[in-house]
Amino acid sequence: MNQTDFVRQMPGQSADLARRVSIWQRVHIDPILLLLLLTLTVFGLVVLYSAGNQNSAILVRQGRFLLIAYIGMIVIAQFNLERIRRLAPLAYVVGVLLLIAVPLVGVGAKGAQRWLSLGGFRFQPSEVMKLVVPMAAAWYFSSRALPPRFKYILVSLVMIAVPTVLIARQPDLGTSILIAASGLFVLFLSGIGWRFIFGAVALALCSAWPMWQFVLLDYQRTRILTLLNPESDKLGAGWNIIQSKTAIGSGGWDGKGWTNGTQSQLDFLPESHTDFIIAVLAEEWGLKGVLVLLGIYVAIILRGLWIGVNAQHSFGRLLAGSITLTFFVYVFVNMGMVSGLLPVVGVPLPLVSQGGTSLVTLLAGFGLLMAISTEKRIIGQ
Amino acid sequence: MSNQISLKDTYTERRIYFARTIVVGLFVVALLSLLVVRYFSLQITEHDIYVTQSDRNRVQLQPVPPKRGLIYDRNGVLLAENRPSYSLTIVKEHVDDIGETITLLQHLIEIDDDHIKKFQRLLTRRRPHAAVPLKLKLTEEEIAIVSVNRYRLPGVDVDAQLARHYPQGELFTHVLGYVGRISEKEQFEIDEVNYSGTNEIGKIGLEQFYEKELHGEVGSQNVETNARGRVLRVLERSDPEPGQDITLHIDAYVQKVAHEALGDYRGSVVAIDPKTGGIIAMVSTPSFDANMFVGGISSKNYNALLNSPDRPLVNRSLQGQYAPGSTVKPIFGLAGLHYGVVTTESVVRDPGWYLLPGDKSKRRYRDWTWKTRRTGHAKFVAMEQAIAESCDTYFYDLAHQLGIDRMHDFSKPFGFGSKVGIDNTNERSGLLPSREWKRRYKRLPWYPGETINAGIGQGYLLVTPLQLATGIAALANRGVHFSPRLLKSKNGEEIPVPQLPKIEVDDRHWDFIHHAMSEVVHGARGSAKAISRGAKYKMGGKTGTAQVIGIAQDAEYDADKISARHRDNALFVGFAPLENPKIVVAAILENGEKSSRAAQIVRKVFDAYLIDQQMLDDTAADDSVVDKNVADRNDLNSRQSVAMSR
Repeated sequence: MNQTDFVRQMPGQSADLARRVSIWQRVHIDPILLLLLLTLTVFGLVVLYSAGNQNSAILVRQGRFLLIAYIGMIVIAQFNLERIRRLAPLAYVVGVLLLIAVPLVGVGAKGAQRWLSLGGFRFQPSEVMKLVVPMAAAWYFSSRALPPRFKYILVSLVMIAVPTVLIARQPDLGTSILIAASGLFVLFLSGIGWRFIFGAVALALCSAWPMWQFVLLDYQRTRILTLLNPESDKLGAGWNIIQSKTAIGSGGWDGKGWTNGTQSQLDFLPESHTDFIIAVLAEEWGLKGVLVLLGIYVAIILRGLWIGVNAQHSFGRLLAGSITLTFFVYVFVNMGMVSGLLPVVGVPLPLVSQGGTSLVTLLAGFGLLMAISTEKRIIGQ
Repeated sequence: MSNQISLKDTYTERRIYFARTIVVGLFVVALLSLLVVRYFSLQITEHDIYVTQSDRNRVQLQPVPPKRGLIYDRNGVLLAENRPSYSLTIVKEHVDDIGETITLLQHLIEIDDDHIKKFQRLLTRRRPHAAVPLKLKLTEEEIAIVSVNRYRLPGVDVDAQLARHYPQGELFTHVLGYVGRISEKEQFEIDEVNYSGTNEIGKIGLEQFYEKELHGEVGSQNVETNARGRVLRVLERSDPEPGQDITLHIDAYVQKVAHEALGDYRGSVVAIDPKTGGIIAMVSTPSFDANMFVGGISSKNYNALLNSPDRPLVNRSLQGQYAPGSTVKPIFGLAGLHYGVVTTESVVRDPGWYLLPGDKSKRRYRDWTWKTRRTGHAKFVAMEQAIAESCDTYFYDLAHQLGIDRMHDFSKPFGFGSKVGIDNTNERSGLLPSREWKRRYKRLPWYPGETINAGIGQGYLLVTPLQLATGIAALANRGVHFSPRLLKSKNGEEIPVPQLPKIEVDDRHWDFIHHAMSEVVHGARGSAKAISRGAKYKMGGKTGTAQVIGIAQDAEYDADKISARHRDNALFVGFAPLENPKIVVAAILENGEKSSRAAQIVRKVFDAYLIDQQMLDDTAADDSVVDKNVADRNDLNSRQSVAMSR
């Protein structure tokens, strides 16, 4: 099929044609997105310093990971989008094979087996899949007319389901939700009919009970029950939620001041520098701080959606939308679970929580966004 | 556009994508709003609830126990103090596995199974956030070991507390009593709030009697703790009100002299200042070191004390009830003069025995002092000689003439037959018999022969050493007398001794009895004339020996011992100086046989008080005496002097 698209422009897009190639476009960097990300990560480091009980070692570690992640982002941004698109199916196959390998030769931690050890370097295949799955789905739809036909939808669902189920069985509910979401966003943005969407929602609701009964593991069920009634197990599973709600609530509007949060500084708050870091922010910076953080997140999401809308090919469009919306899912699930709105699943607060792998994956995703946003305009050459 | 060919229509795709982005964007906005609402409700609407919860997390109210009041003697010698003591405590709430923690602790330091059992028992009673002591009195080394391993021992702490200490050891045990762990029964009786930080309570003696004054009022502090319960800082504090320091009338030096004078004898010495009612010394032997009871006594030690045939746990001064023997003769003599049944001149024929007039059995009441002179003290004996030489025949006759009821009525105000009301615990009332008493309690009539026996302080009559001293003090002070008191002042404020109604007797009679009692010591034929040797002051006194009754309980002991415990009790009461009595002493030696032994002890106590402590106004004490006194006092103050040479 002729890849030189028959271009019809959307109203108001004609300015693009005349735009000259800026310095940012030449170095493949989206300056607005970069500025927002830098603001977010610096803010994140400030919060992390307090959450880690003013331990500068944690800060240095996180800083080093950030540096690696930013370099990775810029490197990925340089890639030709078409080359990425062609690499997507291969990456998908390799990723799924690695996921299958995890339970066979993987390394465990805290009752879950998520790690692969390659020559002393440990990494989580599931993290890579957060980018590979939307890429593969976008690749699949990019060569087909949209909205996709039913059989394509089914094929893509299978593509999404395989890694999702493999990861859920590790078990890693948080990551599998993110991966399923990233794939489903591609489907949604590709324009599948509303009847499929409503049908799927209805099916999901009907399958809730069998899921509860047969699919969810004991500890996952406990988490959901704990969400509904944290007081039922004050010192056990409910402890985290009670303490994080107490931290958030006691912060008020102004907060207790940086490094002055009693819940976080006196160790009442568990996982204060990883998944529950938003509670530290809420306690020490108050609702003010929470709103500022949300503001930055919203700006990043808007910028990501803008990049998607302006992308030239359907691959870039679908991928950009999916990455951006997955980023939103991170934010929503994390802030929701810490505040007791959602069950506790292992989803970090993106770009703020301590953890090198998620930083690298997230910024790699933004590297893809930058590659999409700075893609050479066909018209105008 | 045909469905079969399905050409890519970029324009349509973009349009659909844009629409979907708008939809999903709205969805995002909706969910973000949900988050904002959630955080708003937590941080603004329910802010107060969570602030309270957060404070309750980190802030804990802890009781601050008051410092127990100190106890001094009249010269400021410390008798009871508080010393820092370190105990190992565990807070149940902060320990995952108590058994594992104890096992780990056992690897580090020595912990008896006894302690663990006691700890387990306490653990079930205390609330989970309370610190329960596992081991008391930690050594410096043990504290260091626990501190180093603290990171492995969440919920385990070394608690510094003040523990009672009695620097004089056994010397004051029967005066002060002791403190011990609060028992379950006491837990119900005390003010739970006031004792929330206190582990020990006065169990007996002064420590119990003045518990309220000595304990003080509990304080409190708000402390910030971390999630593992470790106290990080004190936020606010209201200081406890320390217990009152109390000063006793007791003179530690005199107490020590009296204690040493008793030597190996079981017995008691009570010394009272007749002018104030203050108790100068109160000794009961054998004694024991009260420090054993602080923080809990081991059952082995306790059983040894409990089962000893010498009964060291009994405070003989207050609980020992003895026949007073001849020591009550001066009081009955005074009664005879007061009621006019005899005069100082009237005489009694003394063949060495007494016949009750009209007694058909012709039973002879022997003079127990006949061993010295078989034919009696003289052909005719008057009261002065009867007291000085302790003539029984005279007092048989006097008792017969007085009758038991007048003897009872006259003696009662002197403090016999009822508790004298000392500020201490477990005082017993002795027994002053009367017709009424015998009818009510024995359901028997009074026999005249029983009056005869009572006349020489035998029979039903029983007194405690304290009662005897109190009675003689009233006699020495011519009827002006007091409820004897140990407490002199609280926090430096003098506490007056409660005065009892004056015993009204003609001055001539007091003079005469004082004179007769001085003849006991200073007279040529006085029954205690040996103790007047070298005395720088005059004194009055009365000897006594009393038969021992109630020996059945000792029946299982070997023959030697049984006979030893059948020997007469030796007694002496006295006051000095004669003209202006400043000290009254009653001494009882169980199975002491010879009253002169008791008299020697009383003389030593007189000397210690009047000469060594310079209470004799007109005595220009020579330097050597002063030096000895200072040296002894220093010795008392240094804690090494606790062990007595026995």
